[in-house]
Amino acid sequence: MRLIALTIKRLARLALVLLCVALVSYGLMMASPVDPVDAYLGPQMAQVSPEQRALIAQRWGFDQSPAVQFGHWLRQLISGDLGWSHVYNQPVSEVIGQRFQRSIALLGSAWLLSALLGFSLGVVAGAKEGSKLDSIISTYALITASTPAFWLAILAVLLFSVTLGWTPTCCAGPAGVLNQDVTLVTRLHHLLLPIVTLALLGIANITLHTRARMLELMRSEVATHAFAQGASRIDVAWRHGLRHASLPAVTLAFASLGELFGGSILIEQVFTYPGLGQATVAAGLRSDVPLLLGIALFTALFVSIGNMIADSLYAVIDPRIQPGGL
Amino acid sequence: MLTIDRLTLQLPYYADGYTAWWKRRWATCLDAFSLTFSPGEVHAVVGASGAGKSLLAYAIMGLLPTPARLNGQLYYQGKPLDASRQRRLRGRELALIPQSLSALDPLVRTQRQVAWAAQRAGQPSAHAWHASQQALTHYQLDARAQQAYAHELSGGMARRVLTAMAHVSQARLVIADEPSVGLDPHQRQRVLGALRELADQGKTVILITHDLRHALPIADHVTIMRGGKLIETAPSSAFQGSGAALTSAYSQALWLALPDNAFATTTISRREQETNVA
Repeated sequence: MRLIALTIKRLARLALVLLCVALVSYGLMMASPVDPVDAYLGPQMAQVSPEQRALIAQRWGFDQSPAVQFGHWLRQLISGDLGWSHVYNQPVSEVIGQRFQRSIALLGSAWLLSALLGFSLGVVAGAKEGSKLDSIISTYALITASTPAFWLAILAVLLFSVTLGWTPTCCAGPAGVLNQDVTLVTRLHHLLLPIVTLALLGIANITLHTRARMLELMRSEVATHAFAQGASRIDVAWRHGLRHASLPAVTLAFASLGELFGGSILIEQVFTYPGLGQATVAAGLRSDVPLLLGIALFTALFVSIGNMIADSLYAVIDPRIQPGGL
Repeated sequence: MLTIDRLTLQLPYYADGYTAWWKRRWATCLDAFSLTFSPGEVHAVVGASGAGKSLLAYAIMGLLPTPARLNGQLYYQGKPLDASRQRRLRGRELALIPQSLSALDPLVRTQRQVAWAAQRAGQPSAHAWHASQQALTHYQLDARAQQAYAHELSGGMARRVLTAMAHVSQARLVIADEPSVGLDPHQRQRVLGALRELADQGKTVILITHDLRHALPIADHVTIMRGGKLIETAPSSAFQGSGAALTSAYSQALWLALPDNAFATTTISRREQETNVA
């Protein structure tokens, strides 16, 4: 019963967040210089008379007040119709669906890699402060934490794809091959470099936070008490450290989903990987309003769900935290 | 059992102020401290805050922070107790019941923590689990308390869990650091009674406390500390009447300052002046 009430509360909150995102992104679109009619017409703009333009605008409902337009869009949205993308000449929901499938392979593996590797490195570094291993890991983490993702991506392409020729320079598959003919190995080969670059971005952050929590624990009375029981550093790190350090790691891993999404836009651009990030850039540059709004909403949904999962995991890790609240 | 021979402990600090703030200075926390603890006794170490009681415990356990400077010698069962021997004996022969209840891991259930203590003392894991349950039951902690987390326990229960962790290790030297702090009389009796019981099993119990009154009923010997120095070691029977059996002025004054006695607070300064004059 409690669980059902909790789930309903969470879902209601999620709906509210999405409504706010819809409102803000719609407002931004209205305020932006983007003119959907111009974008729709494209190069044929010169051949269309002002009267014809006005006719199109009227047909699309642009003569009505912004509030009415928003209401109209929202009603369509709730019925599941996200609109038509003129850049890809497909329904927006289909574009997002296809692109997300490719992006999730990139995002998911990069996320998993950065979370697991970042956490392990942080635990190892924090277990023995000031050791050789600690300084190596900390130095590495500090350097990568201050490196811009796109710059790292460009360097990676230059070194591994251009100079060494180990990985392909672009795309999700070889050029001139139909999508369904691309084998899994080839797909992975194309994914390798973007995943590694994107993961490097996340590892540093999680490592530094996990390490900080570990240092705190190793100096705490819990650790001193364990040492008094004859525990070794490894014992303390394994039994107490993993539990204590997983709280900041979980928070960061799920909170960084948004960051990862942002990072993937840059990475997909550099590697010309046809994912959601690239679609976002294309939609922005070519004024594809429905697609841009759809992606904004979808990203908000994705990140909110990530945060919801993190929220639920807290109670599992730390018994002092009660699920529920607000 | 345990002999402390002219132990001197210094900790570094940096002077605040304007003169030579970069210079490292050393604060003497234990000053040529010598004492012997015998098996089967509860030996209370009593002193005011900052007397160096807890540092004495950490020095015996070998848990001092690295910059500490330690001189003098410790002997455990006749053999020198150096850092490597301390590391080997910690948790097996030497056990510490810490002062703070935050020494319990808030993310781990009670019984698991006690089982870990048993495992760290060298017991195989299956046996450790069983032993932990027995130890907790012995200290009147029921099945619910055994599966509870630290924040769900009362102060007295948490204290008994810490005692169970020392008990399950089967250590022969148990140091209890302020075990009666913040407990009501009933809980205090239980915790102190548990310590007395350990001594009756032939173990050595060092009871560190600032409260002479609570230590006396269970202690065989009482050592009074002040400013890192040993003032006096006396049998607990010496603490009665006007304290005439006590040799030092400070311990007499401490005894007389208790509410049940003369409640005399002026005696300390007066007697000190006398000794200074003498």
